Amino acid sequence: MKKSKADPKGVLTGSHFMDGDYALAEGGLAAGCRYFGGYPITPSTETAERFSERIPYVGGVFIQMEDELGSIASLIGAVWGGKKAMTVTSGPGFSLMMENIGLACMMETPLVIANVQRGGPSTGLPTLTGQQDMMQARWGSHGDYEIIALSPDSPQECFDLTIEAFNLSETYRVPVFVMTDECIGHMHEKVVIPPAEEIELVERKWYKGPKNKYLPYKNDTDGIPFMVKVGDGYRFHTTGLTRDERGYPLLNAECQATCVSHLIDKIKDNADKIIHLKETDIDNAEILVMSYGITSRVSIKAVQEAKKTGIKVGTMQLKTVWPFPEKRIKELAGKVKAIVFPEINAGQVVLEAERVVGDKCKVVSVPHYGGWVHNPEDILNAIKEAAK
Amino acid sequence: MTEIRFSGFGGQGIIRCALIAGKALSLYGNKFATMTQSFGPEARGSACSSQLIVSDDRVLYPYITIPEILVSMSQEAYDKYESDLKDDGLLIIDQDLVKPKPPRGKIKSYSVPSTRFAEELGNRIIANLVMMGFFTAITKITTSEVMKKGVPGLVPDRFLELNLKAFDKGYEYGLETLKKGK
Amino acid sequence: MNKEDQNTEKNPIEEILRMDRMPHIWCPGCGIGTVVTSFAEALRKEKYDLDKIAIVSGIGCTGRVAGYTKLDSFHTTHGRAIPFATGLKLAKPDTKVVVFSGDGDISGIGGNHLIHAARRNMDLVVICVNNFNYAMTGGQVAATTPKDANASTAPYGNFENAFNLPYITEAAGATYVARWTALHLRRVTKSIQEALNKRGFSFIEVITPCVTLYARRNRLGDGLNLLKYYYDMSEIQHGADTRTLDISYQGKLIVGKFVDKEKPTFLDAMNKHLSSVLGDKYQLYGDNND
Repeated sequence: MKKSKADPKGVLTGSHFMDGDYALAEGGLAAGCRYFGGYPITPSTETAERFSERIPYVGGVFIQMEDELGSIASLIGAVWGGKKAMTVTSGPGFSLMMENIGLACMMETPLVIANVQRGGPSTGLPTLTGQQDMMQARWGSHGDYEIIALSPDSPQECFDLTIEAFNLSETYRVPVFVMTDECIGHMHEKVVIPPAEEIELVERKWYKGPKNKYLPYKNDTDGIPFMVKVGDGYRFHTTGLTRDERGYPLLNAECQATCVSHLIDKIKDNADKIIHLKETDIDNAEILVMSYGITSRVSIKAVQEAKKTGIKVGTMQLKTVWPFPEKRIKELAGKVKAIVFPEINAGQVVLEAERVVGDKCKVVSVPHYGGWVHNPEDILNAIKEAAK
Repeated sequence: MTEIRFSGFGGQGIIRCALIAGKALSLYGNKFATMTQSFGPEARGSACSSQLIVSDDRVLYPYITIPEILVSMSQEAYDKYESDLKDDGLLIIDQDLVKPKPPRGKIKSYSVPSTRFAEELGNRIIANLVMMGFFTAITKITTSEVMKKGVPGLVPDRFLELNLKAFDKGYEYGLETLKKGK
Repeated sequence: MNKEDQNTEKNPIEEILRMDRMPHIWCPGCGIGTVVTSFAEALRKEKYDLDKIAIVSGIGCTGRVAGYTKLDSFHTTHGRAIPFATGLKLAKPDTKVVVFSGDGDISGIGGNHLIHAARRNMDLVVICVNNFNYAMTGGQVAATTPKDANASTAPYGNFENAFNLPYITEAAGATYVARWTALHLRRVTKSIQEALNKRGFSFIEVITPCVTLYARRNRLGDGLNLLKYYYDMSEIQHGADTRTLDISYQGKLIVGKFVDKEKPTFLDAMNKHLSSVLGDKYQLYGDNND
C-alpha cells in the first residue's frame, strides 16, 4: 500500500465553524477527490454546493447530473478515467444509486458515497434526521457483496472519516459509504483541518507491468488486484457480468463462486484492519451502549446520567458500521450483562448485534423513528432496565 | 452550558447571529459551540430561528431543550418562542419590533432599538449586528473582541466595517443599559 | 511457414477485436456485427491511436460490443452507458469515448441520460443500433418499435408511438446526427469517422431490425434479405428536417446526415465560463489534469 501526503491545493488548513455537509466536501477535496457527480437532494445538497464552489480553484470537475442513476454511473467512469470521485445523496437518491453501487462492487471500483440520512420511507422527512438507511447501505444492491460504511458523529468526523473512506476505498477497491444524517449534516461546529502534510492518503495501486500481461482481476499478494486507467495502453475489459481474471464474462457457477467470494473475502478477511471503534470505560462495564453517528453523542449524555446512579456503563461508537465488528462484540458479550443499542430507526444494526451475541448476553434495542434524535432519558431508562 | 435561541423573521440575518456567535466562541473563545437551524418549509415561514449551545465541554445533545437566552427580533418569533424560555432566563428583544407580555417568572428582559440604530447607521440589514453587540454586552458570554472575530467571512467583505460599527453601537448601548441597571 | 499459418492471415478487423472471445453471441444474419465492422474500418481509416479511445456499452445485444472490442472497454449496466462515459470523458479528456449500445438501452431505460448528454454537448460518440425491439430478453416492444409491428409484449400489435431518435437528439442539442441502415457499410463508416473527428455530442443511429425475434414474429424474412429490404426502402436525404424522420412499419426510411454543427462542448464551456468569471484563480481543467 503506497502512501502519500495530501495535495495542499485541496486542503483548507485551519479551524472553521462548518456544518457536516461542508465538512464532507472538504474531506473529499483533502483526500484528493477531483470529480464530483451529484444530484441535489435535501439534506445533502450543501455538500454538492460546496464542492461546486471550491473545485474551480483546486482543479477538477463538478457536474450536476440528471439524476442519481447518472451520478453514480459517472463516478465509476471517472474512477476508471483515473480520478478519485465522490458523490453525496440522501434516502431516495441512495435508493436510485443501488443498481450501480453493485456495478462499482463488481468492477472493484474505489469511490465514496456520502449519505446524509433523513427519515423515510419514500419522501419521508426531507429536512429531518434518520438513520434508516443502514441496512440499505449493507444490502441495498442485489446479489452478494461486501462494502464498507463509516458513520461520523460530528462535522469534524465528517471531514476525518471522508478521508478515511477514500483511503479504505483505494486500499480495498470497494465503494465506501459515509453514513451521516441530517442533524450532523446541518449542524455547525468547529472543524479543524490539518496541514496537507499531516494528511496521509492511500494511493491507487497502479499496474505498471507489460501491456499484454495485465489481468484486471488477478489478485496481488495482498488479495487486491492492480488497477489501470483508460488511455494507459492496456486495452482492458471490465463488465458487470460475472467475470474471470481477464475481466471477461464467464457465466457459470464456478466463476461466480470465485468472483463473488473474492468480493466478500477481501473485506471480511481484512475486517480487523478496517474496523474503527471508539470504546470508553469498557473494562468493568456491566452494560455496553453501542451506537453510531449522532446517536453515539446523545448516548454519552445518557451514560453520564447512568453512571451517577452507580451503573457501570461502557460505550462503543461504531465509526465503522460495516463490516460489523463481530469479533470484538463476541469478546465483550461474554463480559457484559447487556448491550443497549439505540439508533434512529426501528432497530436495524441492532439485529447484527443480536446475531453475533446469541444468548451470551441481553441485547436491548432502543429504536427511535426518524425526525429527531433520541431523548437521552429513553436511553437512560433502557440502561437502567438492562442493568436490573 | 448555555442554550441560546436567536429568532426573528426571514431576511433579518437570524441564522448569521448564531453562526457569528458559534464561530467566535468555538474558534476564538475557548468554548464548544453547536449551532442548528430549521430547514425546509418550516424555515421559510415568517418566524425564523437559529439555535446555539455553548459549553465548556463537548456538546452531546445537539438541540436546545429549555433555552436560557432568547433573542427576538420580531413579534411573531417572540410569540412563538417566548413560552420555551427558561423561568429565570434572559430575554433580549428589538424594542421597536416586539411588544413583550408582562414579565414571567424570574426572566430578565433587555431591549434595544437594533433596527432603528441600524437605519441610523445607513442600512437596516445590519440590525442583526447591532443585536449581536448588545447581546454580547448583556450576556457577557465572551468579550466584544472575541465576538467580533466571528464576523469576517460571515458578512460581505465590503460591508465588514459597517457591520463591525453596528456591533460596536449595540455593544456600547448594552454596556449603558447594564450601567443604568435596566 | 506452414500452410495453416498462411491461411490465418489477419483480417484488419482483428486488430480491434478480442479474438480470444470469439465466436460472438449474435445470431446469424444479425446486423450488429456489420456495424462493428464499420466501426473497426473507421478506426483503421483514421489510423486512430487505439490506446486513446475507450468504448462503453450498456446492456442488451449491442451492449455486448464493448466486450468484443480490444480497446479500453466497459460493459456497464442497463441504460447507464452514457453517464458512465460522461464520467470517463470528464476524468480523462484526451481519450475519445464511444458509447456503443442498443435502442432500448440508450433511448428506453437510458433516455434521460441521452437527452442530457446531448443538452450538455458532452464530447461523446454515441452509436445506437436500433433493432426495433428488446432482443436480448426475447423481442419485447420498445420505445422504437414501429406502430403496428408485433412484439412479444405487444402480441396484438404495437399501438404506441415510436421515438424518432434523430429528432430527439437534435432537439436536445446534439451537434452531429446521422442515421443509416446496417447495410450502408461505407456510409456508416464515414459517419463514424466524422464523429470521431468531431468535438461534441455525436449520435449515429443504425437501423438493423432484429432478425431472430422482430423479423420472425412479423414474418419479414430473414438474414440478408431483411437487411436488404430496409436498405432498399431507405432514401438518403442529407440535412432532412429531423421532425420528418418517424419510422413507420415496413415503410420508407429516411437516412443521411441530418445535423453537423459546431457548439462548445461541456468542458470547453466550463473552462471558458469559469476562466472569464474567476480569472487567473481558475485552475484550467484539461488533458494534463491527471
